[in-house]
Amino acid sequence: MVESRTRSAASPDLPHPSGDPRFALIDRTLKRFRFQQDALIEVLHTAQEAFGFLEEDLLIYVARQLKLPLSWVYGVATFYHFFSLQPQGEHNCIVCMGTACYVKRAAEIVAALQTAYGIEAGQTTPDGMLSITAARCLGSCGLAPVLIVDGQVLARETPETAIAAVQLAIEASAAAGNGRSSQLDDSYDEEGDL
Amino acid sequence: MKRSDLQAMARRELERQQAVRCRLLCCASTPCLSSGAATVQQALEQAVTDNKLDAEVAVVSTGCMGPCSRGPMVTVQVAGQEDIYYENVTPESAQRIVVEHVMANQPVAEKIMPSDLPFFAKQHKIVLANSGLIDPERLEDYVARDGYSALAHALREMTPEEVCAEISKSGLRGRGGAGYPTGLKWDLVRKAPGEKKYVIANGDEGDPGAYMDRTLMESDPHRLLEGMAIAGYAVGADQGFLYVRGEYPIAAKRLEKAIRTAERRGLLGSRVLESSFSFRIDIRIGAGAFVCGEETALMASIMGRRGQPTPRPPYPAQSGLWECPTLINNVETFGNIVPIIAHGADWFASVGTAKSKGSKIFALAGKVDTTGLIEVPMGITLREVIYDIGGGVGEGHTFKAAQTGGPSGGCIPAEHLDTPMDYESLRALGAIMGSGGLIVMDNASCMPDVAKFFMEFCTDESCGKCVPCRVGTVQMHRILERITNGSATAADLQILEELCTMVQETSLCGLGQSAPNPVLSTLRFYREEYEAHIQRRECPAGVCKMTEAPTLALMEALPRRIRELGTIPMSLA
Repeated sequence: MVESRTRSAASPDLPHPSGDPRFALIDRTLKRFRFQQDALIEVLHTAQEAFGFLEEDLLIYVARQLKLPLSWVYGVATFYHFFSLQPQGEHNCIVCMGTACYVKRAAEIVAALQTAYGIEAGQTTPDGMLSITAARCLGSCGLAPVLIVDGQVLARETPETAIAAVQLAIEASAAAGNGRSSQLDDSYDEEGDL
Repeated sequence: MKRSDLQAMARRELERQQAVRCRLLCCASTPCLSSGAATVQQALEQAVTDNKLDAEVAVVSTGCMGPCSRGPMVTVQVAGQEDIYYENVTPESAQRIVVEHVMANQPVAEKIMPSDLPFFAKQHKIVLANSGLIDPERLEDYVARDGYSALAHALREMTPEEVCAEISKSGLRGRGGAGYPTGLKWDLVRKAPGEKKYVIANGDEGDPGAYMDRTLMESDPHRLLEGMAIAGYAVGADQGFLYVRGEYPIAAKRLEKAIRTAERRGLLGSRVLESSFSFRIDIRIGAGAFVCGEETALMASIMGRRGQPTPRPPYPAQSGLWECPTLINNVETFGNIVPIIAHGADWFASVGTAKSKGSKIFALAGKVDTTGLIEVPMGITLREVIYDIGGGVGEGHTFKAAQTGGPSGGCIPAEHLDTPMDYESLRALGAIMGSGGLIVMDNASCMPDVAKFFMEFCTDESCGKCVPCRVGTVQMHRILERITNGSATAADLQILEELCTMVQETSLCGLGQSAPNPVLSTLRFYREEYEAHIQRRECPAGVCKMTEAPTLALMEALPRRIRELGTIPMSLA
């Protein structure tokens, strides 16, 4: 691939001009892997955790720091399903579409959610409130069909209960003011939201 | 840490465990946690404190106990009595378990899951022997059950050649699906020239419907690390990578903790158990690509690249990570190493069939009464698994098919229920052992629709490198779409079969080569369903909506209509 595996120890290591503290998290991962180009996926994981999604500016920054062509970084970021180049909704609803869930009619849940919120799986509502994602398999096949609403796993769902659960999540944050502010914390705080 | 320190640690831990009168084991693996196991454990702890039982009762969070659909599960261990399993435990019943069972010795009858059920009796736990009995986050729990003594034994009393020979003798075959003899692979890597070698554990369990690897990583992380370290010693590697699927955060967290603990105690890292052998393990988190289950794609992903496979040879055993000889095995395969070294190859080979030794973990799901994770001896029949262990498909439903091997596998119909589950028998039926997903379908499932589901999966997950897979899967998916919406013709079926052969024979990697399997196996056993969709435009299972008209038939009918009318119908002009 690209020239060498490890960059020399005297890397430029320039902080991002915006001064956004979240870049410090990326820098930490970069340092942990000693700016090795092989660590690209690890760095992108950190970047997405810190920012919620990978905007172009972020990809440019990572490419610079690892001395990789931007096309290479873009190629990796778009190859893997885990990385998102679009901002995600404030709430997210992941519907498992694994075989066990499919056999137990998960497709009907997706269809019902699509009708209710007017977006396809993989999209976010125009007001940025909700993203619907279809997952490959969440590995909770014994509880099929499975749904994850804002990090909370819900088992044995039907189209009706699924919509009710999503609605509850949206209304709860609306009632609590402005929902969650930071995406840094990926643990779901039940008490805070309900 | 030396071997004697290990034994001292085990002794101390056993004494600690025997000091309490009763242990309440609470399952904390993903399915039980989703059903509320965390609140159940809190309720148990609260009840123990409220009743001032802290000195004599211990509440322990453990790994998976198996019957996931009946979770949250709690096991009560009282000294001198048989373990009692409780199912569907709620915070209220947790309270009752403490008050009635622990204090008054009156088990809560209505929540008991009888331990003589075939679900437990027909299983044979080798890999999952510790799962559900130990706290995965405590090294001491693992050491108390002879953990790391197999590694100590291998390092002190066996040469790398002997370790490889022992694994070969056991007849262990790769549990990732293909069933390549593990000992042979180890020996290839051992003999491969090169200073630097690597060991990789493949925990990128992408098959929808399979979660054996996750459970093993979550429930008994140290066994996996010990297995990898033994492999490292056998092949001469000093660096291991654990590739964990991105969707498994709990597994990654527990493994991370296990690695840190083991390194601190000198069980991993430099000079393992004060020998000259050093072995480091690093975790790599996957980023969501099914193709990364393929070994060359997985290695590309570890090296930070797109997960695209490369042609073999060279095999990873000769040239893998950074062109060094690399041993890559499935997580479950590594889970078998410790028992083989600890109990001997002959003991392991006494379980299973002539060509498939040992046990296999299956994730039993779909339309069966009790779903969950089971470990059964190789050669058990499908009927025993579904009707005895799983408890059948339930009143008023008829068994239709069992799907093994996910998108690379096939469907097994009712007439083959007595097939023994081993690598060769399943392959003869056009299915594969796969990583162990086993999904039961009843009459409500439409086979062309199931084939379409898997083909959509492969279309989406094809990495796009080779043409047969990238284009072929899309074409097959379109035909299946037409079959399930009523617009297919007899010619479509023929093209579908031709495409299956072409994609199977010409794709670069396993993903493409096996992508047609779900179609081929359903065509083989349920051809009449395809024909009903095409000829009569009806779906026997009532799943497909049949909204479209057959396109080709319309084209054939058009000239006749024009002759009849003497003009082109207005609707088509």
